[in-house]
Amino acid sequence: MILDRNKDIGEFIPAPDDDMIVCRCEEITKGEIRKAVHDGMFTLTEIRRYLRTGMGLCQGQTCTKLVKSIVARELGCRPNELGGATGRAPMRPIEMKVMAKDKEE
Amino acid sequence: MNADVIIIGGGIIGCAAAYNLAKENVSVIVIEASNNIGNGGSTRNGGGVRQSGRDPRELPLVMYAIKNIWPNLSDMLDTDVEYHQQGNLRLGRTEKHKQILTELTNRGVANGLDVRMIDGDEARQINPYLSDAVTCASWCETDGHANPLTATMGYYKMARRLGAHFISGEKVVEIKKVKGKARKVVTEAGNVYEGDKIIVAAGYESRFIASTAGVDIPMTPVLLETLVTEAVKPMFWQMLGTADADFYGHQTNHGSFVFGLNSGLEPFAKPGKPLSSSIAASAACRGIMQYFPTLETIKVVRTWAGWMDSCADHVPVISTVDECPGLILACGFTGHGFGISPSVGLLLSEMAMEKKTTLDISAFRYNRFTK
Repeated sequence: MILDRNKDIGEFIPAPDDDMIVCRCEEITKGEIRKAVHDGMFTLTEIRRYLRTGMGLCQGQTCTKLVKSIVARELGCRPNELGGATGRAPMRPIEMKVMAKDKEE
Repeated sequence: MNADVIIIGGGIIGCAAAYNLAKENVSVIVIEASNNIGNGGSTRNGGGVRQSGRDPRELPLVMYAIKNIWPNLSDMLDTDVEYHQQGNLRLGRTEKHKQILTELTNRGVANGLDVRMIDGDEARQINPYLSDAVTCASWCETDGHANPLTATMGYYKMARRLGAHFISGEKVVEIKKVKGKARKVVTEAGNVYEGDKIIVAAGYESRFIASTAGVDIPMTPVLLETLVTEAVKPMFWQMLGTADADFYGHQTNHGSFVFGLNSGLEPFAKPGKPLSSSIAASAACRGIMQYFPTLETIKVVRTWAGWMDSCADHVPVISTVDECPGLILACGFTGHGFGISPSVGLLLSEMAMEKKTTLDISAFRYNRFTK
């Protein structure tokens, strides 16, 4: 989808709940996410790259929907227009010594 | 839409060029094909800011960046790029490794680099977590690492703040000449952007885009794979590599370890969307544990992969094109573009403004491949 990143989304207006932690693993607040949108991070992937939301131990299983709705509200679009963030292997955190055992000794 | 300079590619090279141009009040439009800024190698690499082991032709670029740009980049971009300059250890366990490392070290020294060979004990003094299996290493104290994700997004953020105009999801299909000069950029959606200068910094896709202007750069896409672990207490800040090149990486500010992998099968990866293979992370874990036994209980939380644009002689093309005035190429970075990106962004801006470049770029000409 073509996205002109000069589109006007208005000024960042501080809110009383900006200190609320949204991504618990990486301790990222609602205010940080909202500010990132105003700095041009317009997709979930860009927010991840910039702030680390959803990159911790739970890999976004807890906060992805919340982050999505915050970003969508800031951009003035519907959450489902934002698309998803990519899931990555492994499904659960796995110790190196376990991961290393894919080969017959 | 018109601008002084059209940049094709919103990776760290394109964003850094846009930043340097916007700072000089040059109007810039950056066109990115994917939906996300920094979608290629820029946000998928291991974060090395390394001189040792680098091709002598690239050394002046990285030395300039380390001396003049990397130390100030976080302030320049109002973004923590997590730059650490605590040295690079390239590790070896065998006589053959020692030969490889000695050769690389001699080449660096011959080119004025402060790199030297050390024995296993000295390596363990620098990094006490190294196993006894390590018998030798090359040590370059002025090497380091940074965070490729925040550095890329930081360049984007600041370029945008300075007035650069970014458009994503817009795939370029053709460069058109007007009166013998590169002038128009046509996209898949049928939009046309016009500029006095056109910079192509689109990774491997640059090959197809440049070919519409009559230039072919010999490069192939090669997969790079990476893993990241859970966060643990800070252990060490050196950048790591091995003579065997079985892994490379570092610990981040966040506490996690980022390791680049090498299974040997990367040149044969399935084309299309870059996917982590089922064998590379496991192979790297075996390699990492040989050098760092204490990491055997650390948990891997994520793996990813990305394409690099591997050039025929493994150094980039950073060049104007005699046959097509107005066109500037910046591609073929071969997986080591991140460390030199601040210098390359500066050079590209100077080329686009027709200024004398801060560094000699003659080694990166587009027509150097003829024998």
